[in-house]
Amino acid sequence: MHFLQGFKKEFKKNWQLFLLATPGVILVFLFAYLPMFGIVIAFKSYNYEQGLLGSPWCGFKNFQFLFASNTAWEITKLTLGYNFLFILLGLVLPVILALAFNEVRRPLASKIYQTISIMPNFLSWVIMSYIGLALLDTNGFFNSVLQMFGKDPVYFYADPKYWPAILILTSQWKSIGYSSVVYLACICGISVEYYEAAILDGASKWQQIWYITLPSLKPMMVITTIMALGHIFNSDFGLFYQMPMNQGQLYPATETIDVYVYNALQSMGNINMSAAASVFQSAVGFVTILLANAAIRKIDNENALF
Amino acid sequence: MDRNSDEFGTKVARVGQKVLLHDIILNAIMVILSIIFLAPVALVYIISFSSAESIREIGYSFVPKSWSLDGYIYLLGSSEQLLSSLGVSVFVTVVGTVLTVVVTGMIAYVIYRKDFKYRKQLTFYLFFTMLFSGGMVPSYIVNTNLLHLGDNILILFLPTLCSAWNAIILRTFYTQTIPDSLIEAAKIDGADEWVIFFRIVIPIARPALATIALFSMVGLWNDWFTGLLYINTPSKEPLQVLLQKLQSTLDYLTTNASFASSADGIRMALNMPTDSVRMALTVLIMTPILFAYPFFQKYFVRGITIGSVKG
Repeated sequence: MHFLQGFKKEFKKNWQLFLLATPGVILVFLFAYLPMFGIVIAFKSYNYEQGLLGSPWCGFKNFQFLFASNTAWEITKLTLGYNFLFILLGLVLPVILALAFNEVRRPLASKIYQTISIMPNFLSWVIMSYIGLALLDTNGFFNSVLQMFGKDPVYFYADPKYWPAILILTSQWKSIGYSSVVYLACICGISVEYYEAAILDGASKWQQIWYITLPSLKPMMVITTIMALGHIFNSDFGLFYQMPMNQGQLYPATETIDVYVYNALQSMGNINMSAAASVFQSAVGFVTILLANAAIRKIDNENALF
Repeated sequence: MDRNSDEFGTKVARVGQKVLLHDIILNAIMVILSIIFLAPVALVYIISFSSAESIREIGYSFVPKSWSLDGYIYLLGSSEQLLSSLGVSVFVTVVGTVLTVVVTGMIAYVIYRKDFKYRKQLTFYLFFTMLFSGGMVPSYIVNTNLLHLGDNILILFLPTLCSAWNAIILRTFYTQTIPDSLIEAAKIDGADEWVIFFRIVIPIARPALATIALFSMVGLWNDWFTGLLYINTPSKEPLQVLLQKLQSTLDYLTTNASFASSADGIRMALNMPTDSVRMALTVLIMTPILFAYPFFQKYFVRGITIGSVKG
């Protein structure tokens, strides 16, 4: 009752603000909160005639089926493996590139290098897959080069053993420039005085980087890592589905949870299992992000996300 | 004295040489990196202008044997699908971007206002969606089964209109650039919220709004997954989905050797777009963004960096 009265009073005072917020609130409710309630689908035996609300409950049966199969562990292992690697590379490579950008003396040259390195970030995964095709297809660039040296062609799209390397290179090629710009902005924000003082004390270039630059990049590195840990059960669908063009024989190297969920959703008989996998992914992701943040808060309160 | 200055001179020269060497090595590495970033994209452009014979004989090459516009001519010939897809993509990108800026700009303003009683709750309402989401399948079921947006163009931009990320970036920008006293002064002068928002806040926040607009524009133009998941009618397919489907149809031919060599397969292959057509479409789709973004780069960089400030 008290809450209602307070609400009424606030509404009378700020009804225009309420109105300004309404479209956003409704959209977020429809497209972010309704799907959260839609999670019940994983506990139902879904069929199209009865829909989301009408389909009968089935408890944890969908999850039992999912985890009884070998697939669940395979796809989880693959997703986690790639993500740990991506987090590690994402902490090291963009920082190195940002440091390098910062060392380029001529502002125009630095600007041009930056522009070029961010460029891949603006390519969609469909475009990326065609670039991949141009390089890796049987008549693609790499095979033309092999042919020139009289070697046999390599069938990249038929053999999973090449794909861990291809996927890692592709993901770094696409994202490194963009991430390095974030770090570069942090570096540009560091006061020149620190470096001047360090030079007076006779600090070498490497000492300056180690004792001044890197510590001031730490907060950014921590935030990036927490966010990445929160998505550790997610994978970039475009990278794992579209780059290898969803070739079945490549699944041992490419079938992450997202790819499995999408393919299972497409073959409608599997919708219950795909719902279970999808919900498993969201729930575990949520727990991971809370844990990561709690851990960071314990070690270094200032850098926690919330 | 003489000896001393001489020594000093050589020392300067040595340091100078060292710096110069550093500079040369650093720039050389940067140039090599730039080539690694540019070459694959350049290859796609070159293939799109390569003749079919050249591709057949030497494969995809940076130096084709002969050039041709056949890929582009074929695309123009199949104009009906191309035009409708272009129409969908342009519509979704333009309408989606405008609405994103309006909706996000408004809700960010509300969570920026310190005198709004439910500011904290509303911020949390947005922020929570960054931590937890329903996931692909519950979203799909809700969108198709409850909201009936399957095979509807609206699904291509409605879900991304109000992202928490954008709203919080904008809120941070408002907080940094618009002092509370300005709002209070306007209120004392008798301005209502509409006047404050449209006449004061929007003009100040223009650079940040431009950033949001550019991000959303690129996101909408590049989105292929939503279309792939929800759109079944070819006339409602955006360009990215058209390109994606072009790949899978060709795939069918190349991965099913027995089918490709059958009479049906050969007949289809003759009508099929060739490699240069696929690459021509790829070029048409990526060129607008690749050539526009360097001009807007400062906005993108600002957007990334505002986003990285904890608000």
